[in-house]
Amino acid sequence: MDSILSLVIWVPILAGVVVLATGSDKNAVLARWLALAGSLTGLLVAIPLLTGFDTTTSAMQFVEKSAWIPALNIHYHLGVDGISMPLILLNSFITVLVVIAGWQVIQDKVAQYMAAFLIMSGLINGVFAALDGILFYVFFEGMLIPLYLIVGVWGGPNRVYAAFKFFLYTLAGSLLMLVSMIYLYFQSGGSFDIQTWHATTLGMTAQTLMFFAFLLAFGVKVPMWPVHTWLPDAHVEAPTGGSVVLAAITLKVGAYGFLRFILPILPDASHELAWFVIALSLIAVAYIGLVALAQSDMKKLIAYSSIAHMGFVTLGFFMFSPLGLEGGLVQMISHGFVSAALFLCIGVMYDRLHSRQIKDYGGLVNRMPVFAALFMLFAMANAGLPATSGFVGEFMVIMAATQVNFWFAFVAASTLILGAAYTLWMYKRVVFGQITNPHAEELTDINARETLLLGVLAVCVLGMGLYPKPFTDVMHVSVVDLLAHVAQSKLP
Amino acid sequence: MSLSAFLPALPEIFVLVMVSLILVIDAAVDDSKRYLAYVLSLATLAGAAFLTVRDLSTMPVLALNGLFIDDPLSDVLKLFLYLTVAVVLVYSRDYLRARGLYKGEFFVLALFALLGMMVMVSASHFLTLYLGLELLSLSLYAMVALQRDSSIATEAAMKYFVLGALASGMLLYGMSMVYGVTGSLALGDIAIALQDGTDLRIPLVFGIVFIVAGLAFKLGAVPFHMWVPDVYHGAPTAMTLFIGSAPKIAAFAFVIRILGQGLESQVTEWRDMLIILAVLSMVLGNFAAIAQSNLKRMFAYSTISHMGFMLLGILAGTQNGYGSAMFYVLVYALMSLGGFGMILLLSRAGFEADQLDDFKGLNRRSPWLAFLMLLLMFSMAGVPPTVGFYAKLSVLQAVVELGYVWLAVAAVLFSLVGAFYYLRIVKLMYFDAPHDTTPIAPSADARLIMSANGLAVLALGILPQPLMAICVHAIGASF
Repeated sequence: MDSILSLVIWVPILAGVVVLATGSDKNAVLARWLALAGSLTGLLVAIPLLTGFDTTTSAMQFVEKSAWIPALNIHYHLGVDGISMPLILLNSFITVLVVIAGWQVIQDKVAQYMAAFLIMSGLINGVFAALDGILFYVFFEGMLIPLYLIVGVWGGPNRVYAAFKFFLYTLAGSLLMLVSMIYLYFQSGGSFDIQTWHATTLGMTAQTLMFFAFLLAFGVKVPMWPVHTWLPDAHVEAPTGGSVVLAAITLKVGAYGFLRFILPILPDASHELAWFVIALSLIAVAYIGLVALAQSDMKKLIAYSSIAHMGFVTLGFFMFSPLGLEGGLVQMISHGFVSAALFLCIGVMYDRLHSRQIKDYGGLVNRMPVFAALFMLFAMANAGLPATSGFVGEFMVIMAATQVNFWFAFVAASTLILGAAYTLWMYKRVVFGQITNPHAEELTDINARETLLLGVLAVCVLGMGLYPKPFTDVMHVSVVDLLAHVAQSKLP
Repeated sequence: MSLSAFLPALPEIFVLVMVSLILVIDAAVDDSKRYLAYVLSLATLAGAAFLTVRDLSTMPVLALNGLFIDDPLSDVLKLFLYLTVAVVLVYSRDYLRARGLYKGEFFVLALFALLGMMVMVSASHFLTLYLGLELLSLSLYAMVALQRDSSIATEAAMKYFVLGALASGMLLYGMSMVYGVTGSLALGDIAIALQDGTDLRIPLVFGIVFIVAGLAFKLGAVPFHMWVPDVYHGAPTAMTLFIGSAPKIAAFAFVIRILGQGLESQVTEWRDMLIILAVLSMVLGNFAAIAQSNLKRMFAYSTISHMGFMLLGILAGTQNGYGSAMFYVLVYALMSLGGFGMILLLSRAGFEADQLDDFKGLNRRSPWLAFLMLLLMFSMAGVPPTVGFYAKLSVLQAVVELGYVWLAVAAVLFSLVGAFYYLRIVKLMYFDAPHDTTPIAPSADARLIMSANGLAVLALGILPQPLMAICVHAIGASF
C-alpha cells in the first residue's frame, strides 16, 4: 500500500461529507453512527503507519509525491518521520473520542457538528503529513474553517467574540508565514519542497525576519505568551469536543511547525534568538501557571494550564539536545491525552449541572465515586506526578534545561509546584468537602459511554507514564537527525 | 479588403447581428413572450462561444488594418465573458420579473455591453479600445438607470455617467499625448517607437499619468473609486451583478493591452503609480468595507480592495505577473457572480435581501445556500482550500519575485483586515438566529447554477492547475 497517508487524510474528510449529506436533525442517529464509523475507519487506516514504521531511519516514510499545481511547482507530497507519525495517530485516536463525547450532548445540527470534526481531523492529518510548503499551508489554514464554525455555532454565550479572535489571530500569523514561504521559494531556486528548504542557504537578516514570521504563525497556535489570549476565550466557549480537539491536537500543530520549519530552515536565527523563545516559554510556564491559580472557571483553568504545559514543549525544543526535544515531543503527546481527559471530565460535570464554575461544585465524590477516581488520575497527571505521562516529558525537559542553564531549570521546575497547586486545589474544591449545591444532590455517576472514554484515556496516561520507551524509540532517530541539521550553519 | 479579412471578428459580428435582431423581435412581441429575448440572448452567447472556440488562435493575428487583434488572450477572456454574462442572465431573471424590468431593453443593453467588452479585449489600437470602452460604458449607464422610478438608481446612474465621462476624457487626453510622442495610435507601433526611449519624456510621462488615472477610474481603484459604492448600492441588484463581474475582466484586458503591450517599455514609469493605487485601494477598500451595513456597499468596497490586489500582479510587469493578475480577475469574477447572485436568489418581490442582517440564520433557512455562501466568502478572504487563496498566492509570488517583499507583507496584512468582514457574513449565517423565516424558493435553474458556482470555488481550490495553466498559456502565447 503506497497511499496510506492519503487514506489517513481523505477517509475522515469523505466521511465528513457523507455525514453532512444526512442533512437535518431528523437523521441525527444515522449521522452519529456514520460519524463513529468514519472516525473508526480513520483510526484503522492509520494503524499501518505504526506497524509498518521503520524506527531505524530518519528519512521520510510512506512517501507519496505527484505534481499538483505544476504552474507554481507545487506538489502533492506527503511523508512522515518519527516526529509527525505519533501526532497523526494521536489525532486519529482523539477524533474517535470526540465523536463519542458529542453523542448525547449535541442535539442541534448533529450532522454538521460531526462533519466539522471529521473534516478537521483529516485536515490536521494533512498538516502533519505535508512535505510541500503550500500543501502544508492549505491544510494549516483550511482547518481554521471547521474550527471557526465549531466554536461559533456550538459554543457558549461569548462564542462569537472567541471565534473571531481565534480566527483572526491565527490568520495574522499564517499570512506572514505565507510571504516567508514565497520568499523561500525564490531563495531555494523555485521549490516549495520543505526538505529542499532544509538545505537552502539564507542570510542572517532573512533568517531573522522569517524567524519572527514563522514564530508568529506557530506561536499563535501553540499558543505562546503573549499571543495566547485567544485560547482561554475559545476554550470556554467551545463545546466539549471542540475543547478536546483544540487542546489535544490544534496546539500540537503549532509546536510541530517549530520542528518542521523554524529549527531546520532557520538554524542560525534559531540559535541566535533562542533566548527569546526560552524567555517566552519560561514566562508561559511561571506566569501563566500563576494565572491559572486564580481562575474560578474550570475550563479556563485547564486552558491556562495548557498554555503553561505548551511552554514546556517550546522550552524543550530550544535546548537543542535530544533529551529536550524528545521531552518536548513526549510532553506534546502526553498533554494530548491529559488535556483531552480533563476537558472530557469538565464536560461530564457540565452536562449534569450546566456550570463550569468551581464554586458551584463540591462533594462530588459522594455522588460520583468512579468519576472522582478517574478525575483524580488525570489531575495528578496534569500536575506531573511520576508514573503518569505528565511526569515523563516534564522531567526530560527539566533535565535538558539543567544541562544548559541552572536557572532555566529552576524556573521551569516551578511548574511542578504551580501545576500541582492549581490542579489539585481545583480538584479539592470540586470533588471533596460537603455538597453545597442542592442540585449536586441529584448527580448520577458516569455512564458506560463516559467510563469508556475516560477509561481508555486513563490507560494511555498510565501506559505512557510507566513505559515511555516505545514513544521515544519512534522519535529518537528523527530527533537526532533534526538536531544534526540544526547544528549546521546555513549562512551563505 | 476581402470579406475574409473580417473573419477574426466573426464573434463580434455575430453578437452585433443577434442583438439587432433581438431588439426588433422584442419590439414586435407582446408581454407574454418576453422570454424570447431571454432565450435568444442565451442562444447568442452560446453561438458566440461556438464561433470563438472554432477559431481558437495559437498566436496573435492582427486584423482590420491593425485595429483588431485575435490572440489566445482575447479568446480565453471572451469565453469567460460569455460564461459570466450567461450566469448573470440566469441569476437575474426572477429578480427582473418581480420588478417589472424583465424587458428586451435589459437583454439588448447587456449584449451591447458584452460587445463593447469583446472589442476592448480584442483591441490593438487606441481607437478600438476607446470604442469598446464607450460602448460598454454607455450600455452600463443606461442599465443602471433602467429602473426609472427609483430615485436612488437614477442618482447612481447620474454619478456613474458624470464620473465615467470624466474618466473617458482623461483617458483620451492621455492617449493624445502618447500619440504626440510616438506618432501612432496602434499599440504595436507605440511599443516599437518607445523601445529605444524618447526625447519627449515629459509629455510621455504626462500621457501615462492621464492614462493610468483613466484606467484607475474604470477599475475603481482609490483615489478614483468614488463612484463604485454609490453605483453598486444604487443600481438594481441584477445590474450590480453585471457591473461587478464581466466588466472587471474587460478592464483587466484593457489595462494589459495599454500598459503591458503598448507601454511595456515604460514599466518603471507606471509601476510606481500602480503601487500607490494598489496600496491605497487595499487600505481604503478593506477598512471602509467593515463599516457597511448594506451588503452591496460592502461588496463594492471589497471590489475596490480586490482590484488593488489584482493591480499588484500587473505592476510586476512580468509574464508571471500578468498571468497571476489574469487568474485573479477570473477568480474574482467567479466569486463576485456568486456573491451578488446570492443576494438575487434570496430576494423576492418587494424585498431586496441586500442588508447584512438579511443573511442572519441562513443556515437554518437553507443549509445548502448558506454553505455555498460560506465557500464564496472564504474564497474572497483568500482562505484555502478555496480558489481565492491561489489567486492571492500567485499574485504575491509575482510581487516577491520582483523583490517587493514589503508590498507582499502589506498586501497580506490588509487582506487580514478584509477577512474580518467576510467572516462576519459567515457569522451572521451560521451563528445567528434568523429574523425572517419566509421560505427561500429560487427557481431550479438559478439554484443549479449557484451550486455549480459555489462548488467551482471549492473544486478550483482543490485543483487549481487547469485554470492556472490556461492563464499562463494565454499570456505566454500573446506576448
